[in-house]
Amino acid sequence: IYDRAITVFSPDGHLFQVEYAQEAVKKGSTAVGIRGKDIVVLGVEKKSVAKLQEERTVRKICALDDHVCMAFAGLTADARIVINRARVECQSHRLTVEDPVTVEYITRHIATLKQRYTQSNGRRPFGISALIVGFDCDGTPRLYQTDPSGTYHAWKANAIGRSAKTVREFLEKNYTEESIATDNEAIKLAIKALLEVVQSGGKNIELAVIRRNQSLKLLESKEIETLVTEIEKEKEEEAEKKKQKKST
Amino acid sequence: MALFDVSGYKSHAGLRGQILGTGVGHLVDRPNQEFAVPVGVDPSGFLKSCSREGAVSIDLNHGTTTLAFKFRHGVIVAVDSRASAGSYIASKEANKVIEINPYLLGTMSGSAADCQYWERLLAKECRLYKLRNKQRISVSAASKLLCNMMLGYRGMGLSMGSMIVGWDNKGPGLYYVDDNATRLSGRMFSTGCGSSYAYGVMDSGYREDMTVEEAYELGRRGITHATHRDAYSGGVVNLYHMQEDGWIKVCKEDVSELIHRYRKGMF
Repeated sequence: IYDRAITVFSPDGHLFQVEYAQEAVKKGSTAVGIRGKDIVVLGVEKKSVAKLQEERTVRKICALDDHVCMAFAGLTADARIVINRARVECQSHRLTVEDPVTVEYITRHIATLKQRYTQSNGRRPFGISALIVGFDCDGTPRLYQTDPSGTYHAWKANAIGRSAKTVREFLEKNYTEESIATDNEAIKLAIKALLEVVQSGGKNIELAVIRRNQSLKLLESKEIETLVTEIEKEKEEEAEKKKQKKST
Repeated sequence: MALFDVSGYKSHAGLRGQILGTGVGHLVDRPNQEFAVPVGVDPSGFLKSCSREGAVSIDLNHGTTTLAFKFRHGVIVAVDSRASAGSYIASKEANKVIEINPYLLGTMSGSAADCQYWERLLAKECRLYKLRNKQRISVSAASKLLCNMMLGYRGMGLSMGSMIVGWDNKGPGLYYVDDNATRLSGRMFSTGCGSSYAYGVMDSGYREDMTVEEAYELGRRGITHATHRDAYSGGVVNLYHMQEDGWIKVCKEDVSELIHRYRKGMF
């Protein structure tokens, strides 16, 4: 039963199973990651829950260790497995090496795991892309992205999931030294990026930050609402200024 | 990784046994190790039977004095160079320090074969770590790797007492690792059958604020006096100094000359 490969090459060099997995990722809810100077931010689009469903059980941002966390886009069930393996590896590393993992190390571990599943008998690739953020021992902030093929890259800011392209284009235009100058500015940039594609504003956004030498903090909906109001105010002020310029 | 094996997480291959049904399950005891050990074999029992009176005697190379201590200016490592097999001196210039990399040293006492093999394997793992992680391995991680290797063969008759000495970004590091998988961090260790003599000399002469020359002399004296009283230690003193920018080999002096020099102060 386990002697047949499922992920095989096509004549023109594609691994279709991996590409189909990437399609599954594109259907998942959007996630955005931003690397600031003293802060790293993860934001995800919260899909609306059914009336009777408890909100707490659907969490898309997960801590892997005190200083690293990740958000994913794609199949939630697959993500649970990957996150669990990553958590075990973080502790295993602490046990063997007597040091916390670097963000690159745990990303490499996750990526190697994903690649193994593209080259194993009887298995299909994981249908998730992950954004992994955190701080290394020496205080450097990091943001990495992995995808179902098992590749990983470091980013200053990135988005995955539905409309990731739109969000990434927004980030390319708006990620500047000024826009991440303070922690608050970096958080607002993440919210602004998500607002491009999320309907009905702040209550559909889940946000988490890690500051240097601190653990993961999930922002409360009140805090997010406050920031969204701030952003809308700034937008109005910008629009006013432009109107005045045009009229004079 | 260690925790992964211990945590009971069954990988896909492990489940296959449950699905298809197993008799013995494994052909080897403790799979996923360097050496496959057939089920039911007891190496340490066999070794004990070899050292009995009247039986064929296999005396493994034992007998050494090694020492290491931390002080203000780094870590001093001193070892003797006699390799003995029972009462036969197999070599007077054995090398009991393995230079793992410019920032890591390992000493050897106990069975020469075990020490040489496992510490060379440790050197391989340290090199692989550096290639994979683009960073030199820390002293605590290197000593942990050696300790876990010993743990895999616990109770099977390995004999190794080693000190892992290095300098990493936590500062100077000194760990004692032995065949029981004991791993201790400390400021001063000595191993081998001449270790008691070496401890006596080190304990009476040690000061944290010694100068570098005083520390070299303390290391030399520790080994020399141990070789003087212990039949299984002798040869030359190999002295190393672990500094912030790596280790240096300080000297290699014959103990018979050293003991004559010290004799002027004795009797």
